Amino acid sequence: MPEELAATAHQFEDLAQQHEADELGMWVFLGTEVMFFGGLFLGYTVYRHVYFGAFEAGSHLLDLLLGAVNTSVLIASSFTMALSVYAAQKGRKKTLITCLILTMILGSVFLGIKGVEYGQKFHHHLVPGYDFNPEGNFPAHMSLYFSFYFIMTGMHALHMIVGEGLLLVVLILAAKNRFTAAHHATVEVVGIYWHFVDIIWIFLFPLLYLIGGR
Amino acid sequence: MSSLTVDEAPQAASHVHYLNVKFGVKSWLFTTDHKRIALLYLASITFFFFVGGAAAVLMRLHLLTPGGLLVEPATYNKLFTVHGILMVFFFLIPAIPAVLGNFLVPMMIGARDLAFPKLNLLSWYVYILGGLFTLYAVVAGGVDTGWTFYTPYSSTYSNSHVIAAALGIFITGFSSILTGLNFIVTIHKMRAPGLTWFRLPLFIWAIYATSIIFILGTPVLAITIVLVALERLFHIGVFDPALGGDPILFQHMFWFYSHPAVYIMILPGMGVESELITCFSRKKIFGYKFVAMSSLGIALLGFLVWGHHMFVSGQSMYAGMVFSILSYLVAVPSAVKVFNWTATLYKGSISYDAPMLYALGFIGLFTMGGVTGMFLASLGVNVHVHDTYFVIAHFHYIMVGGMVMAYLGGIHFWWPKISGRMYPQGWARFAALVIFVGFNLTFFPQYILGFLGMPRRYAVYPAEFQVLNVMSSAGASILGVGYLIPLIYFIWSMRYGPVASANPWNAKGLEWQTPSPPPTENFEEIPVVTEEAYDYPVREAQVA
Amino acid sequence: MAGHIVSIKLYALIFITLLVMTGVTTAVGYVDLGRWNIIIALAIAIFKASLVILFFMHMKYAGKLPRLVFASTLLWLAILITLTMSDVLTRSWDHPPQGWQSLSTSGQR
Repeated sequence: MPEELAATAHQFEDLAQQHEADELGMWVFLGTEVMFFGGLFLGYTVYRHVYFGAFEAGSHLLDLLLGAVNTSVLIASSFTMALSVYAAQKGRKKTLITCLILTMILGSVFLGIKGVEYGQKFHHHLVPGYDFNPEGNFPAHMSLYFSFYFIMTGMHALHMIVGEGLLLVVLILAAKNRFTAAHHATVEVVGIYWHFVDIIWIFLFPLLYLIGGR
Repeated sequence: MSSLTVDEAPQAASHVHYLNVKFGVKSWLFTTDHKRIALLYLASITFFFFVGGAAAVLMRLHLLTPGGLLVEPATYNKLFTVHGILMVFFFLIPAIPAVLGNFLVPMMIGARDLAFPKLNLLSWYVYILGGLFTLYAVVAGGVDTGWTFYTPYSSTYSNSHVIAAALGIFITGFSSILTGLNFIVTIHKMRAPGLTWFRLPLFIWAIYATSIIFILGTPVLAITIVLVALERLFHIGVFDPALGGDPILFQHMFWFYSHPAVYIMILPGMGVESELITCFSRKKIFGYKFVAMSSLGIALLGFLVWGHHMFVSGQSMYAGMVFSILSYLVAVPSAVKVFNWTATLYKGSISYDAPMLYALGFIGLFTMGGVTGMFLASLGVNVHVHDTYFVIAHFHYIMVGGMVMAYLGGIHFWWPKISGRMYPQGWARFAALVIFVGFNLTFFPQYILGFLGMPRRYAVYPAEFQVLNVMSSAGASILGVGYLIPLIYFIWSMRYGPVASANPWNAKGLEWQTPSPPPTENFEEIPVVTEEAYDYPVREAQVA
Repeated sequence: MAGHIVSIKLYALIFITLLVMTGVTTAVGYVDLGRWNIIIALAIAIFKASLVILFFMHMKYAGKLPRLVFASTLLWLAILITLTMSDVLTRSWDHPPQGWQSLSTSGQR
């Protein structure tokens, strides 16, 4: 199997070992990502405890419907990503490319909706450090809620953008016939990353949008 | 009996190894060979060590007189900040993992390279980029927050180049993460046939435990720095009490990384120590599993104790009690190591080559640093000596007396493997002694100063402290000379040193089974391991 | 490890479950249940995340190692949050020594 040999980097014994290393590497990397977001979750937990009323009030200023739609869009993108991996495993190039493009489109839709939400916040003067001057009465320290809203969703969006870049690379490699039913670790690894970014959002949605009933 | 053997007839010059396989700057800057990357790290880390050391020398000179000899107080603040940042983030943390770890991990486990060689090279570039940002901050006017960047001073009030320095540390953090990730995957997936977990050299266990801290601690520091930078740029209020933020939260997040970072520094040193002690007493390590497991124990417990830096910060005293108790627990695995090394020495056939002198120095100095750490973990005593020179002396005994000693011991031990040359033993032993004496003269008086109440981070001090301060400064100059001697003879040996054999110390371990310097892929043929680590032949006298 | 193929049927089932759960959690968000709001919302989030991890990310079919990595990460995250909260939650229990009262009450907390 000369093809398989060519795909194996010199430091590995065989392709299987290389796949396992790639996959483990991605899981370890996601461990670092969990801790990175963990710092934000910690800050959020502390201030939510100290300023619960302000956080509740801030949360009620978000558009729950847009948030729910966006969550669904992201879940759909995870679904198409899973289908991409399926297509790669089966060696179906056309399906793979279609699913990857769908994933990228859904990811862009998510970022677009996020942009609309950000626009609303700017319009309503809800941007701490830049223009924080909401209408009417609001509890002290509500700006902290919006600080966390922007930092957490911003960091998430940054990871989405990185993910879009990775998907683009996978797409190009797929178009160049670099993947076979036996050799497609890159698709799987990027898939794992994409699902992880989805999971972060699955937690951000309740933490930011669903504080206290409306 | 000296265990040192030098080849009488130098190996044929035709022997192709990682150093002579390619020449030219490009072959180094684009290399993916873990051994060459280790040397890139060695050069850059040495550079930062001497820059950070220069800042220390200036501080010690300044403190010769009670009124301060050299610089303005504001400049003094910048000096100790530069010293701290460069030494912690650019020397202590990467030194053993990125230099010795990079060089040795694949060889010790019988692999051709790390799992991700390109990531490995990337980590060096990331390190250099972070270093450049930090150096820029220094040259542009310096940072005066101390290496700890406490808020709200760093995030709101300081007028110095906080963002550039913080960005430098943020970037360098990714080099740690990449290194740790690489090691974890490599150690899990690429061990030679027969090399089971409990046959691994203890250095590998130590590096593995260190990598866990890299992976799980560094990201928290990264997000903390991001928050400080955002606070500074946009005044979002996260750490600013005027806007409802909690500065103590910064300290929690900072020390969640930075306390375990202490173990990032010392754990690899402990790994080196186990290698040196066994080789130069020609005995199997006493209690292999305990030493191995204590590394993992330290990696976990190290994350449970960070609050002992915050006893006087305004942290709840109930949390303080919890952190105090947990801090005592870390003494257990640390003591397991010290006792097991001592037990290994017992009835060993000890030879006092230069690496062993460093190793013995390590045991004593680390123990002193560790025991004074117990003083500091105690809530009541801590209040008395908090932020005094007692703390300075304590962590320098661990960092310099422990980690730097182990690092130098390791460099001396593996230098024949790295360079293929021997260095002059007499000079090396002399340098080890100079460093030991200089170190103790520098830092022991600081214990006393601290106990008498001299606070850290001040440019002036009361006149009655002068004698001890002059002693400390005198020691610092001896220490400085001591560090320069190895630099000179190592460079000398690269060209003029006698050619080293494959195994000049008659040591066990896969790295000694391949020629010095090793070929690019480390082994002609991947070795098969059939014996436990440190399987030194048992002498008759020992059995009796 | 690599190589286990999950059927499209199962993927679709997971996808639909995730969408339904998103709907449920959003609907609950419109009702004020006091402290139960966050408990329900987080329980659903954990359920959804588990589905994604187990099936989309193939953790169910992965070896021990990814599970170990994942479990230790969660442990470390728990350490970070628990120990920090042990300070934040107990800070108000402190009783300042006599005479310090005026100083401590002028602070924020």
